[in-house]
Amino acid sequence: MSAGVSSHTLLWVLRLAPVGLLFLLSGAAHSQESPYIVTYDHHLEEPGSLEIEYFSTFGTQTPGNDFHAFWIEFEYGLKAWWTTEFYLDAQTTFHDSTVFTGFRWENRIRPLRTEHFINPVFYIEYENLTEADKTIKEVEGHDVAADFAPPNSELRATWEHELEFKLILSKDFRGFNIALNPIASKVLLPSEPWEFGYALGISRPLALKASTRRCTLCAENFIVGAEMYGGLGDIESLGLHETSHYLAPVVAWNLPSSWTIRFSPGFGLNGNSHGFLLRWGVSREFSGFGEVLRSLLGGRP
Amino acid sequence: MKIIAALLAIAGIFLFGQGKSSWPALPEIPASARSRSNPLANNPDAPVAGQKLFEQHCSTCHGKAAEGSRKAPGLENETMRHLSEGELFWILTNGVVRHGMPSWSQLPEPQRWQIVSYLGTLNSPH
Repeated sequence: MSAGVSSHTLLWVLRLAPVGLLFLLSGAAHSQESPYIVTYDHHLEEPGSLEIEYFSTFGTQTPGNDFHAFWIEFEYGLKAWWTTEFYLDAQTTFHDSTVFTGFRWENRIRPLRTEHFINPVFYIEYENLTEADKTIKEVEGHDVAADFAPPNSELRATWEHELEFKLILSKDFRGFNIALNPIASKVLLPSEPWEFGYALGISRPLALKASTRRCTLCAENFIVGAEMYGGLGDIESLGLHETSHYLAPVVAWNLPSSWTIRFSPGFGLNGNSHGFLLRWGVSREFSGFGEVLRSLLGGRP
Repeated sequence: MKIIAALLAIAGIFLFGQGKSSWPALPEIPASARSRSNPLANNPDAPVAGQKLFEQHCSTCHGKAAEGSRKAPGLENETMRHLSEGELFWILTNGVVRHGMPSWSQLPEPQRWQIVSYLGTLNSPH
């Protein structure tokens, strides 16, 4: 993405995303959204529904300047067993600049028809990002805080094409969800090694039974939990040497009006990690999006 | 340019991925699941809370009064009257994934039973 005009336009799209969401007030659907920001569980988007999500990450940086990374997601349920997502990423580094950092396209496919003791989901993602991307949507290989120290002008010069694979393993048990995501990724250059990472999460609603009245602040609308994620080195030096790791409490508030708000203060667990990551996000789900789009484009009703 | 190409690819995929509206062939439900009884059967609040949950999570496909839509079948009919509460709970938990009905196992078990209680009131003999 070297074209300045399109990068500039996309940056404005990202900046205006939270405002734009406010105008999308019709056709809402309500689902129980998980509180995770990095970890995935086995629950997919309902077929035909579109969920639009905006997320922010504020991170402390030593050495270098603190940053605010942000992204917008379009998550669509193609089938009950197949969800696709498209992301646009950007970041502001304080005392430096704001830059568009690229896009990602992920697909999650659930191979089993019914719930099992552990539920697997296959995840594949294509990324076209610059080294200036600071969303920290996952941590892999030897990703460390010092990678973000150079100025944006230097980091954004390199664009990378990367494939990322996850095996999502997840289980619902007595109101809890437990999820583990082993990660393997590869920059599409022969010289770049396979990198590995992990994310794991646990969460539970504050109340398991629903109340009889429609309410905003009921305990059933809040899901709390924690997630932990980090790198596991690469194929040439597998292990925890020169890797970063994070632990983050998470909370999601599922409003009856179909909005979901997520909040997560995260903490670096070793000297290679960012000291503090403050994340928050807002999302809304729209049912029937697929039908509307198909009828607009002349497909069968 | 690459972004535009990716967006066009996604838009193309949107055109081909939708569900059905008639009753699909139900998967084989294990006997142990069929015979499960609703732990909230005697709880008078359960159908009320279940109706609220149904309106939040299910009505966009099955209709506000469970009358059905192009996306999903109605839930007040002979087929439903012949399903046990255990079978309904199993379908809610597992979905009928290959026919467009997602799994709702992300809802805690008591909430799924509350929805089963509500569906029971729709199909109880008058």
